[in-house]
Amino acid sequence: MSVFINKDTKVIVQGITGSTALFHTKQMVEYGTQIVGGVTPGKGGTEVEGIPVFNTVSEAVEKTGANASVIYVPAPFAADAIMEATDAELDLAICITEHIPVLDMVKVKRYMAGKKTRLVGPNCPGVITPDECKIGIMPGYIHKKGHVGVVSRSGTLTYEAVHQLSEAGVGQSTAVGIGGDPVNGTDFIDVLKAFNEDEDTKAVIMIGEIGGTAEEEAAEWVKANMNKPVVGFIGGRTAPPGKRMGHAGAIISGGKGTADEKIRVMNECGIEVAETPSVMGETLINVLKKEDLFEICKTH
Amino acid sequence: MNIHEYQGKEILRDFGVSVPTGYVAYTVDEAVEAAEKLGSDVTVVKAQIHAGGRGKAGGVKIAKNLDEVRTYADEILGKTLVTHQTGPEGKEVKRLLIEEGCDIKSEYYVGLVLDRATSRVTMMASEEGGTEIEEVAEATPEKIFKEVIDPVVGLTPFQARRLAFNINIPKESVGKAVKFMLGLYDVFVKKDCSIAEINPLVTTGDGDVLALDSKLNFDDNALFRQKDVADLRDLDEEDPKEVEASKYDLSYIALDGNIGCMVNGAGLAMATMDTIKHYSGDPANFLDVGGGATTEKVTEAFKIILSDDNVKGIFVNIFGGIMKCDIIAEGVVEATKQIGLTLPLVVRLEGTNVEQGKKILNESGLNITSADSMAEGAQKIVELVK
Repeated sequence: MSVFINKDTKVIVQGITGSTALFHTKQMVEYGTQIVGGVTPGKGGTEVEGIPVFNTVSEAVEKTGANASVIYVPAPFAADAIMEATDAELDLAICITEHIPVLDMVKVKRYMAGKKTRLVGPNCPGVITPDECKIGIMPGYIHKKGHVGVVSRSGTLTYEAVHQLSEAGVGQSTAVGIGGDPVNGTDFIDVLKAFNEDEDTKAVIMIGEIGGTAEEEAAEWVKANMNKPVVGFIGGRTAPPGKRMGHAGAIISGGKGTADEKIRVMNECGIEVAETPSVMGETLINVLKKEDLFEICKTH
Repeated sequence: MNIHEYQGKEILRDFGVSVPTGYVAYTVDEAVEAAEKLGSDVTVVKAQIHAGGRGKAGGVKIAKNLDEVRTYADEILGKTLVTHQTGPEGKEVKRLLIEEGCDIKSEYYVGLVLDRATSRVTMMASEEGGTEIEEVAEATPEKIFKEVIDPVVGLTPFQARRLAFNINIPKESVGKAVKFMLGLYDVFVKKDCSIAEINPLVTTGDGDVLALDSKLNFDDNALFRQKDVADLRDLDEEDPKEVEASKYDLSYIALDGNIGCMVNGAGLAMATMDTIKHYSGDPANFLDVGGGATTEKVTEAFKIILSDDNVKGIFVNIFGGIMKCDIIAEGVVEATKQIGLTLPLVVRLEGTNVEQGKKILNESGLNITSADSMAEGAQKIVELVK
């Protein structure tokens, strides 16, 4: 078991003929992901890397039976690509593209309301269920199959956490990058809910950063609903207010969205927060040991 | 991206949003000329810098005649204003807004922002004009009214009306206030704003509704389709190192410390600063080199870091995912040679081909200290800059 994706997930790549998309398509295929098609308007009928290319998402879905899409379309056209995936009634659309105008995403969220498709991202590394399916840009080899769920707003910090866990012999059920933008499709609570219902996930590590109040809301949700241990980390304790720290969503504005406030609320809600990013794995492992889950979580 | 108040008011005027008549002036003579053209009884001389709190810092003066305009313009132009938003070093005034005075009856606040919790644009209004909205939110939150806007239909007249009545705009001016709010929303969406704040919005003796100040910020990610807005960028208002970094697609933010940082990924870059601080060091900057740390990018990043005289050492922290560590190591070695780096350099590499990467660093003959973890690297660089 896992969340959102598994070995049966059939994926199409939107924007497949772009150089970044092509590079990562090869990596995903190598990892074992079922990439069944690609979409680039005007290049329908051709093939890249032995993968058929279609002009529209609906045609690609009809011909291949895909149920998920990964989007590498450039920012000016990415919102439209997400809506096209939604219109084709895919279960999942994962948008890697960064720098999408925020008002485009406001419209996309409105368009997707009440529809079937789950959006992960934008501006995210993607989703991986180790040894089964990798959709996105993360390095597959650092992951190990196991029982810890990972959810994060940051790509490289996710790799950091996953690496620490794998090195300690603790595998992951699924790692979900929800992205660094202020408006995103899937939030912490959506992923925590999925991990809570997933039998294979025994504990969760949640990695947040400054900006907004998503971590605080997630912490309250954990306190009220979660029946598995959750540990966390928040990046940006030393970030100056009013500055956007790389991610569009990572900004302290009007005194709101500070790391200290997030950590305070998380602690209050029973979430242990790692002091530095170097001890994210260690913090989780200590909690696993305390909860008598370490043996189950250790990869054999 | 930020723009000046006078530029914001020009945009508002283009969209039919009422603002006082005014002109920009770069010199004292231009200021007097502008005041002559206005011919108003009272003229306001306003410093144009990208920061709030100008009034309290002496950057806004009311002149009763042309001589006073000349005196104030001379006094403010070239002056360094220190406000709560400029930092202790302040900002030099290079432009003035010369504006007609108006008969203010009451002051209000109207602002548009993205509400992250609902993923919708939200209009906020309050009768506590002239005070910062954060202060109002702290002291009297019941005086702030909000309307969440559906992106399909936009701000509706009934929402604008409800706000106007809630903040006690006199009923004879409500129609004008509604027109003002609808126009402001129009500006926000058509110009891809991230913030549109009018503080204060005023009603006048004649029942007019005017924007006395304007703060418009824009979504950097939308500038590709807002060329006329991008043209308003004033590089004098930005840190030159940040301007330089943006040319190379590097995400850089200057800080006060002495340890330069070069990291891939925004989250890891923030976490690196936090870790340095945790070991009692002080980061000199935030710098995300992005996914592909090529020799060229690393070289430019080093140059930008070194252009800060406070920097006494550099910490490179890279998690090579798809990007292989040996390639990154070659980039770091090449860049170090090219610029002849003499400061202590600590490099922490992790990820694909990490062993080859470390070998390249060790065999380079350069004075590079290698570290096995982020924590170890941070401790080493903190020690080296002491």
